[in-house]
Amino acid sequence: MNMAEHIIDINHLVKRFGDNIILNDLSLSVSKGEVVVLIGPSGCGKSTLLRCLNGLEPIQGGTVMLHGEPVEHGKASLYNIRQKIGMVFQSYDLFPHMTVLKNITLSPLKVQNRSREEVTENAMALLKRVGLEDKANSYPSELSGGQKQRVAIVRSLIMNPDIMLLDEITAALDPEMVHEVLNVVLGLANSGTTMMIVTHEMAFAEAVADRVVFLDGGVIVEEGAPKEFFHDPKTERAQRFLKTFTYSR
Amino acid sequence: MDWSFIQKFAPMYVEAAVLTVTIGVIGILLAVVIGLVCALVKYYRIPVARQIVAVYIELSRNTPLIVQLFFLYFGLPKAGILLSSEACGIIGLAFLGGSYMAESFLSGLRSVGKVQLESAESLGLRRGQVMRYIVIPQAASVSVPALAANVIFLLKETSVFSAVSLADLMYVAKDLIGMYYNTGEALTMLVAAYLVIILPISIVFSVLERRMRRAGN
Amino acid sequence: MQGIEVLFMGNNMLRLLDGLWVTLRLSLISIGLSLVIGVVVGAVMLVKNPVVKAICRVYIEIVRIMPQLVWLFIIFFGITKLTGINLNGEMAAVIMLTIWGASEVGDLVRAAFTAIPKHQFESGLSLGLTRVQLYTYVIFPQAIRGLVPDIINLSTRMIKTTALVSLIGVTEVLKVGKQIIDANRFDYPNAALWVYAAIFLMYFLICFPLSLLSRKLTKKRGE
Repeated sequence: MNMAEHIIDINHLVKRFGDNIILNDLSLSVSKGEVVVLIGPSGCGKSTLLRCLNGLEPIQGGTVMLHGEPVEHGKASLYNIRQKIGMVFQSYDLFPHMTVLKNITLSPLKVQNRSREEVTENAMALLKRVGLEDKANSYPSELSGGQKQRVAIVRSLIMNPDIMLLDEITAALDPEMVHEVLNVVLGLANSGTTMMIVTHEMAFAEAVADRVVFLDGGVIVEEGAPKEFFHDPKTERAQRFLKTFTYSR
Repeated sequence: MDWSFIQKFAPMYVEAAVLTVTIGVIGILLAVVIGLVCALVKYYRIPVARQIVAVYIELSRNTPLIVQLFFLYFGLPKAGILLSSEACGIIGLAFLGGSYMAESFLSGLRSVGKVQLESAESLGLRRGQVMRYIVIPQAASVSVPALAANVIFLLKETSVFSAVSLADLMYVAKDLIGMYYNTGEALTMLVAAYLVIILPISIVFSVLERRMRRAGN
Repeated sequence: MQGIEVLFMGNNMLRLLDGLWVTLRLSLISIGLSLVIGVVVGAVMLVKNPVVKAICRVYIEIVRIMPQLVWLFIIFFGITKLTGINLNGEMAAVIMLTIWGASEVGDLVRAAFTAIPKHQFESGLSLGLTRVQLYTYVIFPQAIRGLVPDIINLSTRMIKTTALVSLIGVTEVLKVGKQIIDANRFDYPNAALWVYAAIFLMYFLICFPLSLLSRKLTKKRGE
């Protein structure tokens, strides 16, 4: 039915830490322009999955392909592949010794060897898009958590990645800053950016996702359109998980 | 205070101070090189070399310099390795200092968090680039004050060189006390000489450190 | 390369160990005195009075700027000259080590107390603890936990520094080693290699376990 070009293909992925099986024979594909949201209880392997996609973790079985090219931990080819995968982490991971602009332009200049004028112009345009054009020359320590995460998103976007991986990017933020960051992500989704998102914000997940994937115990338990998943989950495990987000006395 | 005595023997102190500083500087430079290599071996967890470095660091840190020097100067010749006093001073200081420098470099390198490395890697930066643009600039602000403290510590340690018959400041002072009993003058010149060597360095380092701390924020 | 037998000839090993005990005894006495005086110095530095603080700071910095061997010479030769009192080498060694050790302990004590976050005092008081209870149950235990690894570390430094006292004629392990080497000059010309290797090892066997202990406690402290 969906003949769109696949960006990511995960086939029978197995990830273990020692004897602990984190991801068990997991297969999943992401098409161009699609936004896939991964949810599940903590420890279900969703963050590990993102890290495997970016080659930050060695895998013990199966394959991860980006545009048909294997992503392999520790291989030289990884450097080229990583430029096409943007990743934003939970903790503020800006480089503290560089200004916002330097943070953003470092890798287009050093990795992609683009010209300084073009990169700077591009960076300023992106900063404007996330509402931080006046912070270009600030240091990370002068920014709020929400501002830092928006800069981190821009730092990945400027590489023109084929896919963005967002790993619980609002989990360490104060509640009032969550919104500004998620709005940026919604904007990206609307402009057709391919994304894989791990989040605990259920309302956001429903709004941004094209497809929701529910992971538990290292396997995909249920996946489907957000509306169906959130309002009419098929599996008992998903029902139980979603119940933990509602309160009643 | 007998000024004529001071005048007469001051040149001896100058000469000795030059010797102390020369050997000190060479030894410290070698210590920095050894320390950097050891720190990188430990940081990148290079097999085998890592275990050797660990043993070296423990041996170096848990024995006094004077015993190290005695072994080099009096012991090794019996195994056919003859070293001059100067060579012993340099090797001893480098052997002792290398481990201290290694720990200072390493604590700097390790102060750069894992997330920093991962986000640099996921931006496509290569290992060398991660080192150069991300790790070293951040590690420096932790390492430099510790390295500076080591330099001062090692300069002070040079005072035991006289034990292996190096004609350094202590040697001259002890000689003069033994020969002329002008203890007050001999000791005053000794203190003055060490102050001239250590005080400026110590002041420069503390100014440097304060400036770096400010830049780090 | 032979000649290692010299270590086990007659009572040579016993003599070396005797010498080592002289070293350790001097270290232990100095460490003990340093702790007592250092705690007082540290406590005085926590006082808000800027003049008192400055005096302590100056004491610590003056001690720190000079090599310990220079201090040893000043005390051993200088005091004798100045006062006419004939200090023996062991006393000079203990005085030097204590003046130095106390300054370091003082600085550590001060640092350990200033490192305790303010909210520890506040939450202790807000639980209704009296001042005395606050210090007994909350503040002292934390400060001591922070101090112990550093004190052990300082002790290894002091033990290593005690090796210097052979240079003012104290008959400790290095001096005994030299006597053994001299006495066996003809029978065992290689004695120096083994004797100094043995002394090297002795220092290592004393200091290494202490370093390990200090590291373990530092980790436990959560750094």
